[in-house]
Amino acid sequence: MLRLENVSKVYGRGGQTVVALQPTTLHLAAGEYVAVVGPSGSGKSTLLTVLGGMLAPTTGQVFFGGQSLYDLALAKRAALRGKQVGFVFQTFNLISYLSALENVQMPLFLAGLSPRVQRERALAVLDRVGLADRIHHKPSELSVGQQQRVALARTLANDPALILADEPTGNLDPRTREQVLDLFDQFHAEGRTIITVTHDPQAARRANRILCLEAGTVTEFRDPARVMHVA
Amino acid sequence: MRLWTLIRKELFERPVPMLTCLVAIVLGVTALVAIRTVTYFSELAVAREMDALGANVLILPKGVTVQDYYAADLHGEKLPEEYVQRVALSKLQGVDNLSPKLCVPTTLNGRPVTLTGILPKSEFQAKVAWGGAGIFSHPIGCGTQAGLPTTPPDPKTLARKRVIETLGPREALVGSDVAQQHAIAQGDSIELLGDRFTVLAILPATGTIDDSRIFAHLHAVQELSGQGEVVNVIEIVGCCKQIAAGLVNGLNQLLPEARIITITQVVQTQQNVNRLMERLSLVFLAVLLAVGGAAMFSTLYGNVSERKKEIGTLMALGATPTLVLGLIVGKALVLGTAGGILGFALGSVSAWWLGPLLANVAVQPLPWLGALALGLAVTVTFLASLIPAWRAARLDPCVCFKEV
Repeated sequence: MLRLENVSKVYGRGGQTVVALQPTTLHLAAGEYVAVVGPSGSGKSTLLTVLGGMLAPTTGQVFFGGQSLYDLALAKRAALRGKQVGFVFQTFNLISYLSALENVQMPLFLAGLSPRVQRERALAVLDRVGLADRIHHKPSELSVGQQQRVALARTLANDPALILADEPTGNLDPRTREQVLDLFDQFHAEGRTIITVTHDPQAARRANRILCLEAGTVTEFRDPARVMHVA
Repeated sequence: MRLWTLIRKELFERPVPMLTCLVAIVLGVTALVAIRTVTYFSELAVAREMDALGANVLILPKGVTVQDYYAADLHGEKLPEEYVQRVALSKLQGVDNLSPKLCVPTTLNGRPVTLTGILPKSEFQAKVAWGGAGIFSHPIGCGTQAGLPTTPPDPKTLARKRVIETLGPREALVGSDVAQQHAIAQGDSIELLGDRFTVLAILPATGTIDDSRIFAHLHAVQELSGQGEVVNVIEIVGCCKQIAAGLVNGLNQLLPEARIITITQVVQTQQNVNRLMERLSLVFLAVLLAVGGAAMFSTLYGNVSERKKEIGTLMALGATPTLVLGLIVGKALVLGTAGGILGFALGSVSAWWLGPLLANVAVQPLPWLGALALGLAVTVTFLASLIPAWRAARLDPCVCFKEV
């Protein structure tokens, strides 16, 4: 599904260069559940945004289903992101002035669907995450766990093949974290590819492949028993 | 969910910056509309007064100077009557009426009197060629408009308008002082230059030299005095706006051998008032541009900074830079439209209240000014939104990720 060929990212700040991602070649197959672990500042978010088609690498190419992602025009890349990629954020990133229903409608609106179809599909995914009775609530009127479930519903709205999650359980209590991880398992079971950046060893252990990022270098993690230590 | 829904909900999410911005735009538009409305109706009122004054441009022989506007024809020097035709056939804008005059000293019942030959308006209209020149057919917003239904011509209007509609070859109009001295009444027959004239009307007193004059047809006066086709003065009723816009220059070029004089002070006053009002309008336009634009710019710039994460999230969800641009510009256009409409309404009400107080004129809303105000408000807000919108569209979507 995703192929990185000699991809690196270098930032220039204050006349200095910071290597966020060393030249990396990586293949992520369709249907994989991948956890990316590593210390803060190791380049995990950079990797996630590069994979999501939001940050052009300094060198190399990123292929999404055989298509070179960054050779696409900006609008086409945005459209592809809207239809095939779902993002989950640590702080949920729900739009504060929109209701749960409208938040879930957002990716559908951006994909150009009619308001009627937007509403139907948004209601269906909100029902799936157990929030059918909270559709008119604004994020501030929902609990943290409910907010993350609205965010997950928004991620699912366009039925994406790839889910990119940035610390999806970082702000959750243990019970809600379990609920969210269960949902991730379900998404994976449906054949979606999941790449999650996490500090949470238990969340990482749910993945069937673990990548470790240290100082911008990606390595395959072969010893799950050490995940606790690295994460 | 539509773009409009997103814009509307976001506007009400942050009402304070929105209202501040809106108030700035509304105040700018209000000031502009109010001052322009009052100016417009004030200009109309002055133009009407100028029109009511009658002739306001004099064509005189080169060597003549004018001390008394009403005695401008009493100098004995002459101009060819052909000048009248030259003006009539020209394409000069703003000549609303022409009145050539020839003054001849004569006696009535043994007492000296000034007989003034005038050319009635019907003489101009009767000439096809002159009519073709369209001199009296420009409906230019002041003076008499030929072809329009009017009240029946009254010979006494000569006293005020210094123009008469019709006058027969042996008809005369008698000034009030002369009529009183000689006990002349309307319909009487009087002898002038050895010929009989019927008194068409006794002119009302004006307090000017005209009260001691007798007026007859120009061609009759020319014929009986043996002076030929000459006149002493050509009075012109000119629209004050066109006088200010260059009518006098046009006449100077057309008749270089003659001297063109305007009622300078009056025209100058009008020009000064108009100029002042125009400058005030420009000042308020600048205020609108500066205050409204700056308020909009700073509000949107701050708004984009505040919404970085939201915009980044929208981009992650598939929003294109064009959509993000539309989101910010759309918000500005909504505020600009609302500010334009509210400002026009408030400005019109202010003008309605201030017009009688400041300029002694009654005013009413001007729809074209509404369109102008709306256009300006929308343009200003649109321009002010471009940089913030561009900044938003170029935002790095990584801002939506928390660094881990």
